[in-house]
Amino acid sequence: MVSAGGVAMRLVADVTRCVGAGQCVLTDAAMFDQDDADGTVVLRVDTVPAAAQAAAAEAVALCPGQALALVPEERAP
Amino acid sequence: MGDPVTDVTTQSTPVFPLPRTCPFAPPAEYDRLRATEPVARVPLPNGDWAWAVSRHEDVRSVLTDSRFSSDRTNPLFPRLVKGERVSTDAAPSLINMDPPEHGPARRAVVGEFTVKRMQAMRPRIQQIVDGCLDDLLAAPRPADLVRHVSLPVPSLVICELLGVSYADHDFFQSRTSLMIARATPHEERMQAFGELNDFLGTLVTAKEAAPGDDLLGRQILRQRETGEVDHAGLVSLAFLLLVAGHETTANMISLGTVLLLENPGQLDRLRRDPERTLPAVEELLRYCTIADLATSRVAVADVEVGGVLIRAGEGVLALGNAANRDPEVFAEPHEFDIDRGARHHVAFGYGIHQCLGQNLARLELQVVFDTLFRRFPGLRLAVPMAELPFKDDAFVYGLHEVPVTW
Ligand code: HEM
Ligand code: SF4
Repeated sequence: MVSAGGVAMRLVADVTRCVGAGQCVLTDAAMFDQDDADGTVVLRVDTVPAAAQAAAAEAVALCPGQALALVPEERAP
Repeated sequence: MGDPVTDVTTQSTPVFPLPRTCPFAPPAEYDRLRATEPVARVPLPNGDWAWAVSRHEDVRSVLTDSRFSSDRTNPLFPRLVKGERVSTDAAPSLINMDPPEHGPARRAVVGEFTVKRMQAMRPRIQQIVDGCLDDLLAAPRPADLVRHVSLPVPSLVICELLGVSYADHDFFQSRTSLMIARATPHEERMQAFGELNDFLGTLVTAKEAAPGDDLLGRQILRQRETGEVDHAGLVSLAFLLLVAGHETTANMISLGTVLLLENPGQLDRLRRDPERTLPAVEELLRYCTIADLATSRVAVADVEVGGVLIRAGEGVLALGNAANRDPEVFAEPHEFDIDRGARHHVAFGYGIHQCLGQNLARLELQVVFDTLFRRFPGLRLAVPMAELPFKDDAFVYGLHEVPVTW
């Protein structure tokens, strides 16, 4: 899927930085979940749907562990 | 602390912590500091000084930098109360830990506080709130909201979380409230503290014999998978959850109720549309920022913050209540607006220590405000707001009593 700007974005999570605060799940439960055992983030999407880009960016900005990032699809690792 | 470098000390800055300008406005000094000296040397009660950090961006950067330590047993950690003792013998607790110890300790328990697990507790929290509101309704008017609602709700929720049996709820609730209430004489307070500690010790022992489907039971099973059960560690975890989760939530219930009653237009909008409650809770958290001073740190290396060099060993007060009124980040920051939709406040802190119980607290506040204002449409303060006993000198801001009628 392609964003308004034309660049498809992908979500990446570094679970070693995640502190399980769940701010991401509160932002968008369709994109984010938490592991039942240790509370760390589980991504439910890879490519971010165009309609959810604002929510994804909000989650990245709110994350207290700085565990989330949005990267352009083609440069994703 | 350190050598007195007078050239950067603001001689005119009063001793921290500062009193609020009015119950719902941070100390006026915060606005001045943020605008003119966002990283300022400020005096502390015992003659030391610390760096007061007041911009939102700088507060976040302090709280995400591992060169600032949470080790409150460090003798250099900023002391905010005159004569405060440094307890170097306290058992290590999550809130005092630094990396690399903090991460595994937090991960061992944060699974208990996921958004999903909190949502699963909602029906039980609703029952608890309904029960407390039944008590309020039966009480002679005017009645004290703190006694009937603010204190018992979070205490009973922690019972639920820890798996305290129903028969012990009254004991737990009365002792936790005694520990907090201003009217409790010192000796009775110490007695309540001792009784609760013994109670939690016995509770953990009972859970070790028969681990139930609750936080403590699951911690025990988990620890057994990898080794021995850490009895003392579990008692201290239970106590931390109580200390961190009881008075804070209670104060937010009290302050939130008063603030909403004082803003009838907004309360009316909230009553008509329950969808508004969660955003309103975020705004209440921002506007009240009750744990302004909980986010203090001590530097363990030299770090530059906002262009100012903070040296190893110096104390830092990351002022949440200043950050949450930063006009660069919140338009018209001193306006209370339940429709603001701003969730990037730091009322729960930021970084690795951001409140473990935040999703529980959000849920409790949501259920309380939804139910209270629906069941008590005529709720009002029984005394003028100016006469309410605000906790002006407490570490966590709040109210001792809120007489209400309806
Ligand atoms: C509205 C109510 C609450 C407020 C305003 C609040 C505020 C805070 C703040 C500011 C911190 C960060 C302290 C720091 O950075 O050093 C914190 C941490 C913590 N809170 Fe809360 N809290 C609330 C409710 C709760 C509840 C209900 C619980 C649990 C039942 C809880 C448990 C904790 C724990 C265990 C920590 C330490 C986390 C860590 O160090 O990793 N809090 N809280
Ligand atoms: S907001 Fe960040 S720290 Fe919190 S659960 Fe999501 S990824 Fe983890």
